[in-house]
Amino acid sequence: MNEVKTFDVDALRKDFPILARTVHGKPLVYLDNGASAQKPRCMIDAIARVYEHEYANVHRAAHELSAACTDKFEAARRTVQRFLNAPDDREIIFVRGTTEAINLVAQTWGRANVKAGDEILITAMEHHSNIVPWQMLCELTGAKLVVAPMDDTGTLVLPEFEKRLSPRTKLLACVHVSNALGTVNPIAWMAQKAHAVGAVVLVDGAQAAPHQRIDVQALGVDFYAFSGHKAFGPTGIGALWGRANLLEAMPPWQGGGEMIKSVKFARTTYNVIPHKFEAGTPNIADTIGLGASLEYLMGIGLDAIEAYEHELLAYATSKLSEIPGLRIVGTSPNKAGVISFVLDGIHSSDAGMILDEQGIAVRVGQHCAEPVMDFFKLHGTIRASFAFYNTRLEADALAAGIRKVQELFK
Amino acid sequence: MTILDRQQAIIDEFKALPDWEDRYKRIIEYGRELAAMNPEHQVDKNKVKGCQSTVWLHAGLESGTVRLQGDSDAMIVRGLVALLLKVYDGATPAEIIATPPDFIRETGLGSHLSQTRANGLAAMVKQIQMYAAVFQAMQKAK
Repeated sequence: MNEVKTFDVDALRKDFPILARTVHGKPLVYLDNGASAQKPRCMIDAIARVYEHEYANVHRAAHELSAACTDKFEAARRTVQRFLNAPDDREIIFVRGTTEAINLVAQTWGRANVKAGDEILITAMEHHSNIVPWQMLCELTGAKLVVAPMDDTGTLVLPEFEKRLSPRTKLLACVHVSNALGTVNPIAWMAQKAHAVGAVVLVDGAQAAPHQRIDVQALGVDFYAFSGHKAFGPTGIGALWGRANLLEAMPPWQGGGEMIKSVKFARTTYNVIPHKFEAGTPNIADTIGLGASLEYLMGIGLDAIEAYEHELLAYATSKLSEIPGLRIVGTSPNKAGVISFVLDGIHSSDAGMILDEQGIAVRVGQHCAEPVMDFFKLHGTIRASFAFYNTRLEADALAAGIRKVQELFK
Repeated sequence: MTILDRQQAIIDEFKALPDWEDRYKRIIEYGRELAAMNPEHQVDKNKVKGCQSTVWLHAGLESGTVRLQGDSDAMIVRGLVALLLKVYDGATPAEIIATPPDFIRETGLGSHLSQTRANGLAAMVKQIQMYAAVFQAMQKAK
């Protein structure tokens, strides 16, 4: 049985130094976690420790520091492996973030496997980073981008999704949790359906990894990507997990040091996975920092985090629903982390400024998901995105802040 | 009233307002009162880049002075456009170039508004200064 530990949010908040600060003289209410999450002390300390005591280049172990630093770097890879329940640590490739992970798959697996007449299936709720790399691949190969629609609640229409799968479908690339709407997609079911027609499945997990336990084996997918900075880790580091057999068959992407076995002017042979995809000196300190953040999350327990956030989201949703003139955009029965909303007669940018004045950080605009905004016929929304360190009091502050916005624009 | 007088009037007006809510309310009032922009100028080439909301600024030269029109789909930004127009509309290119928007800092608006890229205030000022520079160059060329 999974043990759900007592969730002491006040104690956990103390692990995040920035949460104690004020903005415009008011306590910070940070509800922009979907854009980037704040950092725990243990990650900040881990990075400082690398640079103060442990730093050297990795995988070039002619000396003690390099060997020790390599150990820590590779330990972070095993931490990511555990975080995703991946079968093998060779399947974890360090990248800058989800965007780079998707581009890597598009430019390597995609170029090698997708040809004219093939189809790439995405959903109507993708972030631009899971649209544009596939459009670029389609332009290059003559393949076709197919979009599975969602309904008015922002939920994927499952029969329509199934209709769009065919033997022409080479890849299903879909978001686990929508950044603009909060919708959680039924990935395991979708992957099963996609595999039945012979497609490969890639999941954009940027908004899922910080909020729930990810088990790539249970999901049954082929590639899973997430960003460190949204999972309370450093910026500029993330990971791509891919099945070993797929990664081994894929051509390399960027060429350089680290990724080679032997370089001759006549012929170069490539390194084994994961190093084949990690050209050049990696982002050493931030990778170790990511390891620290993920260990911290696993220490709290992702199941406990999910349960707490689920309750917090329900509370915040009910508080915001009480406000006249407020409409929530994205009301799927299965949601995580996000409340996107609009206010009658008030531009989202105006609302964002007045909320900021009250110390409340939200994101306004299109959330890098222009097609989602087009679907709902909106120029943009106000998005409050939650993390496990947010509280009911902060949800109350958001509701009060919104009422203040409405009062000023009355 | 000179351009400096107009700027000073805004500084005095906002300094008299005790807190941020009143200052925002006043900006919103200015936004609501701003005359509608001629729709033929509300086109892509007059859009100001760098704003989360859409901002249009149009400038023309009339008997030696710069005539400005502006608009935005967001109300606070519309109010900021109105304040900029209050200072700069009807001034000569040389006056505009010589007059940085000190009121943004001195009214206390600066600590809140100018630091956020969201409202694009800096981009709007830059755009007005650029129009003025172009008109000045045109005048010199004559």
